[in-house]
Amino acid sequence: MNTTNTSGNEIYTLRVNGRDCNVHDAWIGESLLYVLRERLGLPGSKGACEQGECGSCTVIMDGAAVCSCLVLAAGAVGADIHTVEGLSPDGSLTDVQSAFLEAGGVQCGFCTPGFIVAVHHLLESQPDPSEEDIREALSGNICRCTGYGRILEAVQTVAAQRRETL
Amino acid sequence: MTGIAMTNSATTTDNSSVLSSTRRNGVLGTNASRPDGAAKVQGGFAFSNDMWAENMLCGATLRSPHPFATVVSIDVSEAWKITGVEAIITADDVPGKATHGLIMSDQPVFAAVGDVVRYAGEPIAAVAADHPETCRRALAAIKVVYDVKQPVIDAEDCIAGRAPSIHPEGNIFRHQRIVSGDQTVVGDIQVEGEYEIGMQDQAFLGLESALAVPDAGGAGIELYVATQWLHEDRRQIAECLALPEDKVRLVLGGVGGAFGAREDISLQVHTCLLALATSRPVRISYGREESFYGHVHRHPAKIWMRHHADRDGRIIKIESRMVFDGGAYCSTSPAVLINAITHTQGPYKCENAVVDGWAVRTNNPPCGAMRGFGVVQACYAHESQMDKLAAAVGKSPVDIRLINAMETGDRLITGQIMDSVAPVAECIRATDAIPLPEPASMSVLARPGGTGLTSDRSHIRRGIGWGVSIKNLMYSEGFDDYSTARCRIEDGIVYLKFATSEVGQGFTMLAQQIARTVLGLDDVILETIDTDVGSAGSTSASRQTWMSGGAVQAACRAVLSDLLDHVATSHSWSREFVELDDTDIVNRSTGDRVSVRDATAGQRFERTEEYHHPPSEDLDENGQGNCHVAYAFVAHRAVVDVDPELGLIKVVQIATAQDVGRALNPLSVQGQIEGGIAQGLGLAVMEEIIVQNGKVRNPSFTDYLLPTFLDMPVVDMILIEEFEPKSPLGAKGVGEPPCISVTPAIANAIRQAVGRDLPRVPIRPYDIALG
Repeated sequence: MNTTNTSGNEIYTLRVNGRDCNVHDAWIGESLLYVLRERLGLPGSKGACEQGECGSCTVIMDGAAVCSCLVLAAGAVGADIHTVEGLSPDGSLTDVQSAFLEAGGVQCGFCTPGFIVAVHHLLESQPDPSEEDIREALSGNICRCTGYGRILEAVQTVAAQRRETL
Repeated sequence: MTGIAMTNSATTTDNSSVLSSTRRNGVLGTNASRPDGAAKVQGGFAFSNDMWAENMLCGATLRSPHPFATVVSIDVSEAWKITGVEAIITADDVPGKATHGLIMSDQPVFAAVGDVVRYAGEPIAAVAADHPETCRRALAAIKVVYDVKQPVIDAEDCIAGRAPSIHPEGNIFRHQRIVSGDQTVVGDIQVEGEYEIGMQDQAFLGLESALAVPDAGGAGIELYVATQWLHEDRRQIAECLALPEDKVRLVLGGVGGAFGAREDISLQVHTCLLALATSRPVRISYGREESFYGHVHRHPAKIWMRHHADRDGRIIKIESRMVFDGGAYCSTSPAVLINAITHTQGPYKCENAVVDGWAVRTNNPPCGAMRGFGVVQACYAHESQMDKLAAAVGKSPVDIRLINAMETGDRLITGQIMDSVAPVAECIRATDAIPLPEPASMSVLARPGGTGLTSDRSHIRRGIGWGVSIKNLMYSEGFDDYSTARCRIEDGIVYLKFATSEVGQGFTMLAQQIARTVLGLDDVILETIDTDVGSAGSTSASRQTWMSGGAVQAACRAVLSDLLDHVATSHSWSREFVELDDTDIVNRSTGDRVSVRDATAGQRFERTEEYHHPPSEDLDENGQGNCHVAYAFVAHRAVVDVDPELGLIKVVQIATAQDVGRALNPLSVQGQIEGGIAQGLGLAVMEEIIVQNGKVRNPSFTDYLLPTFLDMPVVDMILIEEFEPKSPLGAKGVGEPPCISVTPAIANAIRQAVGRDLPRVPIRPYDIALG
């Protein structure tokens, strides 16, 4: 290993939000979170623990919700990656995003993108979750401001809205 | 089933001008939407570590691994050989003052060769380089030789004079007594206890980060930083940089929570120094481990208390001794101590008291502000005592608190007269009226231990515990923590400018609500939050709704007055009859009216106002004086399921009624209350920074446990709305009270369930199982 140079000279490609993104000159040790934020201009995924404990960096990778701080970017080549920025490319709010605002689920907002991604994932796999299902599914996302009450209400609201529109 | 209810307990008639009866969207009293909300849910909101500048370098800090050691030498030569390193700085490179600090300037920017490090984590050097990995390698290549000393880790050793002085300013940050009333009184009933509170971390999610951009030629610097008080940061930074304050411009970077941990200087000076050294923008972003070393924590404390009461349980005297370990540097320790001792009596009547308080310096991690600021520790002790008193006189936890409940007009142990609205009994009664939850759930998830360590249902005992608290609002002891705001109207649009740190609490939303209400216009644009306007004071002490809310209201009212003058003149109306009516300006004598929007077309009005609270006073040597500005109250009832054999718990429900003055944005109030309860729950049963021989053993979210979605119970709340006449908007700060008495409420519930003393928080499984 070259200990004095942090830049590689290879290019690899990540598929993020339906787009192929070339990553140039990256150090091989960079996490997916770092590359999204610092190299691909996608800072919506947040880092708060670097250990997969807080869920702020949650992204969807090949259909699974993962902590992007625990994924090596170079190991994500070939995966289909979706971040918070890809949820609503036209800039409008998704039903989950609107519900978070209306229910008061946002304070400092640092955990919010991770929650938004995780809630979309939850409701796609479990459209009619019980309160316990919601608490269990989101127990890997830490919020330090809200005490989770308004977030719970937001998730329940969206689930009810989606049931009505079925 | 989460509930919120509001009571309107009268005495609000003088406030008709504050709250619009028509409840236009986004005015005071409505759940206005956050101006930063859409960006936050979409991931577009720029937190301080999202900021980026062309040609930017990243910075990192080398820290001492030893809690107490002489720095013998620092050799940076190998680090300079690493490609990509652009700057390495040490104490020799600090051009101005070598230290900083909020109350006492006692903390070095970097520990110097020949000097000592006083805590494990103290900065030694900083580097700037092209990549975080380059920074990491450069830090690893810096060779520091330490002469390691035995750390001072016991606060009692400092008080007794047994420990060597570890700082030129000595080991005692403050010693203050309160001596009140008749010291000879002895109660028929006496209860006492010795309580211990562990070191809690604020654990905001948005880690410390700052971006410094040097002016061309290095004549000045611009710093984008997540902080609680821009102007205080600037004062300390400018001194260390030896720059005039007007050459140091601070801009608020997006703040990912604060809770007290952003009051002190952490990376601000280092970032500026690296940027000035390289003439390039530099960003430092801490990781989670470094964050545990980079900011102060809640003081661990030991508190002895003895209550004297008559046979009915009425408190007649309180004796207490409180010892707060402030760690290596002063930060706000003297003020935290004063908050603790002046809240010894809690929200209860008491004439006579002797309190002896100490805040001391050790080689433990520095401690300072955290939500509740000293009152958390005092409340844990007095609420544990109240349950002992109830048991001693055979009363219920509710009755013992009701017969002692403080009222407006009572004399406090500091001699200060309680002149805030004080609905203590109402908070208790309203909480007591909230229905209790259903019996223990069949679901394993809802049981103590959850799915991992499931308790057998037959083993679970349910406890119900109470906690009631009082919290001062604003800064104390004569400090004039004023706030400034500027309001401008141009063509029917309001522009607001202030330096108030928005840390997530929603002040930016409140400011818009105030402007809409006072000025009758809907479009309110918030200008950049920076130091280009007067100080707003700190976003702490539950003070910004009152103080910066007061400043925004004053600026808006001044502009309104100018506008009414203009309308009167331009319409030839008699000024005395001209006033605002929702979105119109009316002539009360003729009934003529013009909309504010039309009246401001082509016009520009601008005013800057400061809001000052009435002055408070220093305490004298007996702890007497009007040292606090105002107070708020809250009651909590906790229902906790406990498995006494496994030592596992599940908090099932928190019921609470909080004295909020006027709820200016009820949804935000609800969010503050739920969030504060989560932090108080954390202190009760899981959150503690474990320090062994001066070293933090759990600086990560793997080992420092925060309440998750599964740990948080249902919160059922009542807002006790009683207009506070002293407050400019009738509102009380609501941020701190929720996290204060919920901790002893949970502890009291666990005690009731298992019949143990449990004098210490956080209560650990082995405390419950083994005592």
